[in-house]
Amino acid sequence: MEIIETVKGGYVRNMLREGKRTGGRGMMDFRSISVRAGVMPNAEGSAQADVGDTRVLVGVKMMPEDPMPDTPDQGNMITNAELLQLAYEEYEPGPPSPESVEFARVVDRGIRAANCIDLTSLVLEDKKVWSIFIDLYVLNYGGNLFDAGYLAAMAALMNAKVPNYKDGAADHRQRDKSLKIDNIVTSATFGKIDGSVLLDMDINEERIADTRLTVAADGSVIRAMQKGLRGSLTVQEVRDMIGVSMEKHAQLKSVLETAVKEAK
Amino acid sequence: MGSSLNKPELLKGGKRLDGRGFDELRPLRIEAGVLKNANGSAYLEWGNNKVLAAVYGPREAMPKHVSDPTKGIVKCRYMMAPFSGIDDHGRSGPNRRSTEISKVAREAFENVILLNDYPSGMIEIFMEVLQSDGGTRAAGITAASVALANAGIHMKDMVYSVSAGRIGEHIVLDVNMIEDNYSDADMPMVIAPRNNDILLLQMDGGLDRAQFDQAVKMVLEAGKRIHAEQKRALEAYYGSAEKG
Repeated sequence: MEIIETVKGGYVRNMLREGKRTGGRGMMDFRSISVRAGVMPNAEGSAQADVGDTRVLVGVKMMPEDPMPDTPDQGNMITNAELLQLAYEEYEPGPPSPESVEFARVVDRGIRAANCIDLTSLVLEDKKVWSIFIDLYVLNYGGNLFDAGYLAAMAALMNAKVPNYKDGAADHRQRDKSLKIDNIVTSATFGKIDGSVLLDMDINEERIADTRLTVAADGSVIRAMQKGLRGSLTVQEVRDMIGVSMEKHAQLKSVLETAVKEAK
Repeated sequence: MGSSLNKPELLKGGKRLDGRGFDELRPLRIEAGVLKNANGSAYLEWGNNKVLAAVYGPREAMPKHVSDPTKGIVKCRYMMAPFSGIDDHGRSGPNRRSTEISKVAREAFENVILLNDYPSGMIEIFMEVLQSDGGTRAAGITAASVALANAGIHMKDMVYSVSAGRIGEHIVLDVNMIEDNYSDADMPMVIAPRNNDILLLQMDGGLDRAQFDQAVKMVLEAGKRIHAEQKRALEAYYGSAEKG
């Protein structure tokens, strides 16, 4: 297996040296993207995003709970990621790995920073608030979890319906209102391999990448960034990546809006 | 992020709450070689932050299965003491936040440590936040960088870290706790000063492109002062060792 990976890595490097990628993809092109919303009707909201071979399923559940002590006037948003063992031979059982914690926190950060959900609108009576649980399930790893995660999480939230709430209890079988979404955030994740900068790395690219940067943006500003891996970036490279991410936002946003509309 | 109900004014009369200007660092003081058992260590005070960093190694990588015969491995632990905050007693042990910070800090150090010099070896970096007031990852990484140098670990550069943020229309440097809780953006960075390579970059809030440029400029400018204090700490340690 290791030899095959080395060969694939060498192939990717040779192509990049000539400015090419497998499948004739441009350096700043996404692989094919498909988002389907409402795939798990028991959940308040759900969506599956496919970016190339990467597949992430997100389920959103809402439960009445106590607010966090430092934010009594807000609902809670809790994001968790599972790198399921069935998704990749190298995913292992056990407590969350640093990679899965990072994945969940980076998706959470962008959604929070972009104020996609007005958490102050989630306050119920009797000092209870809604807790929104966003669970990211990686079903197949094919490189670039982050952008698939953002798409699936965003679509699942846009697809979510709020359970009716009466006499201190949630009725998950009666969901009359849609969750109010105030903003849409999307991300673009870049890699750097031997000095070449590329968008949306596939599995063979990501395995040999030196550096990774996720830039989450809405229509007007950058909302979150996260660099990963041990390589470095120059200021100019980051500036260029920010530009591309902001430029790609409109395309990704329309994918989300179409998916959510089709689910209705 | 704090509650919107009690959001305080972060600027008064063109100054920040602690009286600093927009591009002003909090007072920073580093002492190298403060722990006996560690191969290298540093104690750092940065505003109200108090951080202890220690480096063990290079030593044989343990457990055996993590060992790499071609190069050394880096382990990194960032942790906040349960008594470090002014409010609650924190839960002890690693949490999701510290797991993420430990990961991105490790990746930054892996960039500058000459890992090929340490086959089958392991370098462990510990950053213990004893008192916190915002910017503790920057404090921990800046201290750990001095501890690595103090341990004699081969590095191509000595990194520093600081964050820039945004309060309204103003970009501000070295965000403290109250600013971090209520500001409009926060962007911690780790820089290798030789070429100004970016080794860690995180950000949340909202920044437009011009604000990002201004924040980076402020970080790089402040880096000169941070780096100078790191060097001063090491010179003070080795100067006194020679005399002693």
